[in-house]
Amino acid sequence: MNQIETTLDRPAVSVTDVQTEALTVVMLGSGGSGVMTAAEILLRAAARAGYYGLMTKSFGPQIRGGEAAAFVTLSANPVEIQGDRVDLLFAIDWKNAQRFAGELQLEADSLVVSGEIDAELPEIVTGAGPRLAEINLKTLTRTHKGTRPNMVALGAVAGAIGLPRDVVAALVGQQLVKKGEAAMAQGQTAVDLGYGEAANFALAKLDRPAGDTARWIISGNQAAGYGAMRGGVRFAAAYPITPATEILEWLAPRLQKAGGLLVQAEDELASINMIVGGSFGGSAVLTATSGPGLALMSESIGLAVAAEIPMLVIDVMRGGPSTGIPTKSEQTDLNIAVYGLHGDAPHVVTAPNSIADCLFTAQWSTHLAESMQVPTIMLSDQSFGQALGIVEKPAELAFATRRLVAETPGENYKRYALTETGVSPMALPGTPGGQYTADGLEHAESGTPSSGVADHNQQLEKRLRKVVDFDYGDHWAQIEGDGPAAIITWGSTTGPVRQAMRRVDPDGRRLRLISLRLISPALPGALAEALDGSDKILVIEQSQMAQFFGHLKAQFDLPAMADLYARPGPQPFRAAEIAAKLEEWLS
Amino acid sequence: MSVETACALTARDYKSDLKPVWCPGCGDFSILMAITMAMAEVGRPPEDVAVISGIGCSSRVPAYTSCYGFHGVHGRALPLATGLKLSRPDLLVIATGGDGDGYSIGGNHFMHACRRNVDLTYIVMDNQVYGMTKGQPSPTTPPEWDSALVPGGTGLSPFHPLVIALAAGANFVARTFSGDPKGTAQTIVEAINHPGFSLIEILSPCVTFRPEEREWAKQVHPASVDPTDDRARAARRVLTDDGFNTGILYRGKRAPYQPAFNPDTSANVDFEAEFLP
Repeated sequence: MNQIETTLDRPAVSVTDVQTEALTVVMLGSGGSGVMTAAEILLRAAARAGYYGLMTKSFGPQIRGGEAAAFVTLSANPVEIQGDRVDLLFAIDWKNAQRFAGELQLEADSLVVSGEIDAELPEIVTGAGPRLAEINLKTLTRTHKGTRPNMVALGAVAGAIGLPRDVVAALVGQQLVKKGEAAMAQGQTAVDLGYGEAANFALAKLDRPAGDTARWIISGNQAAGYGAMRGGVRFAAAYPITPATEILEWLAPRLQKAGGLLVQAEDELASINMIVGGSFGGSAVLTATSGPGLALMSESIGLAVAAEIPMLVIDVMRGGPSTGIPTKSEQTDLNIAVYGLHGDAPHVVTAPNSIADCLFTAQWSTHLAESMQVPTIMLSDQSFGQALGIVEKPAELAFATRRLVAETPGENYKRYALTETGVSPMALPGTPGGQYTADGLEHAESGTPSSGVADHNQQLEKRLRKVVDFDYGDHWAQIEGDGPAAIITWGSTTGPVRQAMRRVDPDGRRLRLISLRLISPALPGALAEALDGSDKILVIEQSQMAQFFGHLKAQFDLPAMADLYARPGPQPFRAAEIAAKLEEWLS
Repeated sequence: MSVETACALTARDYKSDLKPVWCPGCGDFSILMAITMAMAEVGRPPEDVAVISGIGCSSRVPAYTSCYGFHGVHGRALPLATGLKLSRPDLLVIATGGDGDGYSIGGNHFMHACRRNVDLTYIVMDNQVYGMTKGQPSPTTPPEWDSALVPGGTGLSPFHPLVIALAAGANFVARTFSGDPKGTAQTIVEAINHPGFSLIEILSPCVTFRPEEREWAKQVHPASVDPTDDRARAARRVLTDDGFNTGILYRGKRAPYQPAFNPDTSANVDFEAEFLP
């Protein structure tokens, strides 16, 4: 141990910073060094100690073996985004650390702990001139046989933050229980070694959290999968794709337990058609994919519109176009989701606004799909999907989801009957008297193919009406504050905007936030009402071509004076960036 | 038992009132007849049968039956049928289509449906041409066939669906001719009753764009040997025949893919424990 500088009092953070009680820790190491395991235990320990938190992972380009960094932000208050800066960087080794340039916001009072003695530090570290410390992991783990560097690092970081040692030790024990008692004892030793070293670190201790609400640790992808199951989904078909695969891997064994099934298809063309088949048979269905997969599916989503087949398609967006940046987030599939179908094809597009909201929105989206017999595309993204959050346990809720089924179709049964709501009773195979042929060809009310003017107009009108006239209730948007300056945003940009608003407008007098959960169909009336009393508008989104802004201008009554802050990924928005933008906009 | 249920169902019970869009003389008429005859013999009520198709002349079949049907997008009948059968194993699911739909745009699904071996019956009406788009070469068209889209012919070896099916793992492989509706019906019955994925390739002349295919009636002949359960033998046989051998070529013994599926809407409380810190 070789503490280069010790300052027990960290400089005070600015008063407007609502994350004063927040700490961002980065654990860095080469692939296989176990930083992800250590960071996940750290997150779990923090949750057990009552903190909120967020863990994101950053990997090198290799499938295995590259450099890996886990970012953990902890706070006594809800955390939706990574902190603006890194307070503590613990590097087990520095092999390829330079590739995280642009992701590690180190400052002069950040603390960098090197797990190697006399290592040559990369420029990303030396450039910021942070406080430096060293732990000789090699010697420590050699002296104490069987101890692992990542567990020593965990102990050191947890100790520096001030997490209770017993909580960490218990979790390490759980982690190693399968490896036997010796391994468990070595794990405890490693944690203790780390805690011993931590006594020498100068890092602000996290405030004790207030309250004791039930918490979950969940990723956006798990939340989306579980939300869909809560909504009744029991059949899924899908093709693996980053960053959506975790939804499928989470669902596969759990669907089976709940009496459902997930099938791995040969490609996205197959997966979308498999769920068309499953839904035609009466199951609530889903597939999950990302941009390239959604592009392949779009023809058959059009089929589902025409044949009125309910389904949930979850698109976990990543940087595009084409293969783009599969492991980074971007809000750039809005256009293909809303406008990507051929023909006049009314359908529903939704978007969650937080990790926890992935659960609600997936459940709601299933409800919308089933209720209206329409495909619903939910636009999640990588920053939700692959991040692990400590969140409040989401509320139990149940929609009165019911597919309008023709239980006893009579002699004059017509599958696509023109009804008041536009939703027609659907006969399920096996029901006597309900036989019809679902068709992508335009059809008459009976389902019989027709290119007649009246049939086309009536069926188009019915399919549009059922989606536009549906009562979406208050769920169409998340609205916070009622200040005269309104920010309109969506999806994963909501978190950074919310945190920036707390800094810029702590009293909530100047700003209001409108985050759209229902992207399409557009509800211009609802937005106009939400904007009532506002005098200026700023749209914020993560898209170079400002797809959301374009959608708002085309479909909503947006005042001509609306301002825009749009930029592409892969760098996520930080509260400081948005706060600076808001200050400039408000002045 | 009521008098009604006691009455055996006839082919007529499986036909709808819709008049097919096909050209007079099209082979698909008698295949439609064969399909309904087979259904009557199998005896499942029409509401328990689903006929799934993609796009093309022969893909119009579902609406011409009195069963549940799905006329989906081009090339995707097999995944749609797969999704339906896996989620509703109680139904009898039949996929129908043509050579373009099944072997060209749907080629990947064809291979994987054979490999997956779900209990489906796939009826391909092969006329070696795209008829609905008015005469372009399909994967099974002979290389020298001249057309507006590919003047002078494709110069490409035709696709060999039966060999591909065998190699990919189909559990039942047969070839019949539309001019023999009774034999075709009997083969369809056997295909339906055989577990797993069954392919029936039916030679079905297109009298409009391939009038020379009328000659098929003189060229087809029943295979001189019995079906085998030896994949390699079946493949050799079909690779060396003249393309007009009809009959059941292969009957495999692979167990169909059908995971248990019992939709259950019970609460998900069990899954929440894993989210606790």
